[in-house]
Amino acid sequence: MSLAVYLPLVLPVLFAPFAGPLAARLDPRHATWLLAVAAVVLAGCSTLALGLLAAAAVVRIPPIASLGHWSLAVLGRDTAAGLAVALLAGVLLGGAVLTVSGFAIRRCRALAGAYREAKCLPGSGQTVVVPDEAADAYALPGRPGRIVVTAGMLAALDEPGRAALLAHEQAHLAGFHYLFTTAARLAATANPLLCPAARAVEYTVERWADERAAKVVGDRRLVAHTIGRAALAAKANRPRRAIPAALGAVFSGARVLAHASAGPVPRRVAALLAPPPPRRMVLLAAVVALVALAGICALEAANDLQDLLSLANTRHYH
Amino acid sequence: MPHADPQPQPQPRRGAGELEAAVLSVLWQAGRALSPGEVQRALTVRSGARAPELSYSTVVTILSRLHAKKALDRRRDGRAFRYAPVADEAGLAARRLAAMLDKEPDRQAVLSRFVADLTGSDEQLLRSLLGDGGQGAG
Repeated sequence: MSLAVYLPLVLPVLFAPFAGPLAARLDPRHATWLLAVAAVVLAGCSTLALGLLAAAAVVRIPPIASLGHWSLAVLGRDTAAGLAVALLAGVLLGGAVLTVSGFAIRRCRALAGAYREAKCLPGSGQTVVVPDEAADAYALPGRPGRIVVTAGMLAALDEPGRAALLAHEQAHLAGFHYLFTTAARLAATANPLLCPAARAVEYTVERWADERAAKVVGDRRLVAHTIGRAALAAKANRPRRAIPAALGAVFSGARVLAHASAGPVPRRVAALLAPPPPRRMVLLAAVVALVALAGICALEAANDLQDLLSLANTRHYH
Repeated sequence: MPHADPQPQPQPRRGAGELEAAVLSVLWQAGRALSPGEVQRALTVRSGARAPELSYSTVVTILSRLHAKKALDRRRDGRAFRYAPVADEAGLAARRLAAMLDKEPDRQAVLSRFVADLTGSDEQLLRSLLGDGGQGAG
């Protein structure tokens, strides 16, 4: 099989290191679309490539070849290396199918739970204040989606800050951001090399909502300060979820305190305190080209296999 | 008729939502029906010296507004009313949501949380970015 089948497997490796920098440099709305679509296409292509590699060996198994009426003489024998590659591809493909199904089930359940919760929250307004002293706020996807704000969070913010918070969460609901993050996570589940892209999308949807909130309230600094306040208030009063944060501290403690290694909250605040991100069309085009290349290669490889099989088809001669 | 209160609006002015949230949380914590005077005292204790004291009439206004919104039940006790949270629907929702958030990462992933958890170094970085310890927003 030609080289085309291997390229979709290599491209995610090339793409992954750029996911973070792209998320930081692009306009967040562009970045979200680009990274989510790129992750899905690259994962789809790499999965297809694994399937093709495995299929190329499967059709050479004599009983299967005769079942499909393919001539083994035309297909040729697999080399030992070819067989090993096919076996590895088959195992990886099987693993991907299993983890993707598990992820899809869990995520669908979580979404159904959120929809249910959004429906039966008290009141009929979009925003629901819940009597919880811990400062927290989030958007629940649903029809319609709801925004949950705890009493602790309301108390931590002043009136303009609350407006910024609501604008941020409304942007999440209006933009269906959970679909982007779910798509990117699904891609990363199919191909773990794409994990940096999924993390980047989880960050860029926050940035997207931040920039949207800044437009609505007309003040980027206000949004930055509100995020900061909210995060500090949440930290001060969130003992139950301290374990992941402590783990994070172990991992990041050794690093130099730089924006690149910082968590999402300081990065969001820094981005809002800096001038708005420019629209970098060249960068955008470069990534689109890379993704298109992966697509073309995967389709080309699929086409090759199909051509080979139709060439080997013995039924033409009967 | 305008009131004779020399300081009709506390400085800085606190939003109605914030006051309602504070009053509600006092009542939730109390676990029994409170009179406006008791609510006022609890609010003063809670906010400490930094916040200006709320007048009795402000507390009564907030309580009756919450009662009108059906967030509070009240019963007459002598000349005043005593207020208690209504069968705690929002409280139940809060507990359900908290349980949902704690259960599994996928649950958290579908909720777009306003702020992620901060690590120790994030907190330092955040404070230095804001330059003021996050106290003076806007």
